[in-house]
Amino acid sequence: MVATKSIKFIAILVLMMTSVFAFANEGEHDNQHHEGGNKVDTPEEIKEYIAHHLKDSHDFHLYTNNETGTHVSFPLPVIVWTSEGLRTFMSSEFHHDDAGHVIVEKDGVKLTKIHSKIYELEAGADEVVFDDHHHAENAHKVLDFSITKSVFGMLLAGLLMILGFGALAKGYKKGAIPTGFGRALEPLVIYVRDEIARPNIGEKKYRKFMSFLLTVFFFIWILNLLGLTPLGFNVTGQIAVTVCLAIFTVVIYLFSGSKDFWGHTLWMPGVPYILRPILAVIELIGFVLIKPFSLLVRLFANMTAGHFVVMSLIALVITMKEAFGPVASTGVSLALALFISVIEILVAFLQAFIFTMLSSLFIGMAVEEHDHH
Amino acid sequence: MYNLIGAGLIVIGAGLGLGKIGGSAMEAIARQPEAAGKIQTAMIIIGALLEGLAFGALILGK
Repeated sequence: MVATKSIKFIAILVLMMTSVFAFANEGEHDNQHHEGGNKVDTPEEIKEYIAHHLKDSHDFHLYTNNETGTHVSFPLPVIVWTSEGLRTFMSSEFHHDDAGHVIVEKDGVKLTKIHSKIYELEAGADEVVFDDHHHAENAHKVLDFSITKSVFGMLLAGLLMILGFGALAKGYKKGAIPTGFGRALEPLVIYVRDEIARPNIGEKKYRKFMSFLLTVFFFIWILNLLGLTPLGFNVTGQIAVTVCLAIFTVVIYLFSGSKDFWGHTLWMPGVPYILRPILAVIELIGFVLIKPFSLLVRLFANMTAGHFVVMSLIALVITMKEAFGPVASTGVSLALALFISVIEILVAFLQAFIFTMLSSLFIGMAVEEHDHH
Repeated sequence: MYNLIGAGLIVIGAGLGLGKIGGSAMEAIARQPEAAGKIQTAMIIIGALLEGLAFGALILGK
């Protein structure tokens, strides 16, 4: 019953998306700002294309038709806090311009988009003036709360988690055995509990941290898997996202640290007195900076590198076209990209596992209580 | 140019480290096949720590 409801809900969501999508297509004809479309041909352009994919953006760009110059994409809402207050509009008003050519005026505030960042023009300015280093001279960045592609991805992951685990939790009210999709989720939850949380945190205290560990595990895993779909999410490859996830872990283990943990960190027993302050500094830096840094960099670098490799292999179609002909280059690139994508499915799970594992290891270090003889 | 040489050095170091971890884990599993699960988990954790170090160095060098 619940499962059919969620399927209906997802179907409605998809329908809504397609309608926005169709609307976006209609609005494309007045787009004359691109000179001959976005042809990707040279190595520099391929680099730029990959770099653009790895960054966050304000719309879903699916592909560009080079012959007509039309972009197939659907827009996302832009929410910015300017010097005049809050302004909201759809990103389609920028007409896919990313170089500061299109200026959107909203109640006396002129906004433009340069390299996926929204800028506000200073009073009296009509167009952006660039200095020698291609920095905008008469515009400044605004506080950007937009629903960007990454934010949309995170909301989607959250929604999927609420639907899936909500159904699983409701299933337990009827009986001990979950039905439907819950049957696939239950082993994963038990896996996180028995293989990750229990051995690392300890039998007594693991329950308190299960909600965090499960959330972070499935959040990262779903986002990593979404990154492998052609929608082009790269959420866990955004350093801001991984920084936030690492901050959650740090705050949790610092605030749940036991008396023994702080005692051992700040005043290490069994060490000469002279060394204790030095060790305290090293331990503190380790727990506050180095451990979260290794957590966030690992996830960020793995996902970015994975996307980079897949995109580069797809770009082989273009780079090897001259040497091997279109058919051979397409075949080679398809085979290699498929191979790496299969590995990426494994990496998607492994990175979620490692993040949860190390989080629970650090929490385990913090909550551990020693027996004093 | 120099950062490419540095990246090469990092990869050599990380490769040696991973080889050592993997080799030792293989030996340990061969000696005690019933502990394979535990050894694998420990191996993955050490591998992840090493990977974090290598990626940190690669990103700092970029």
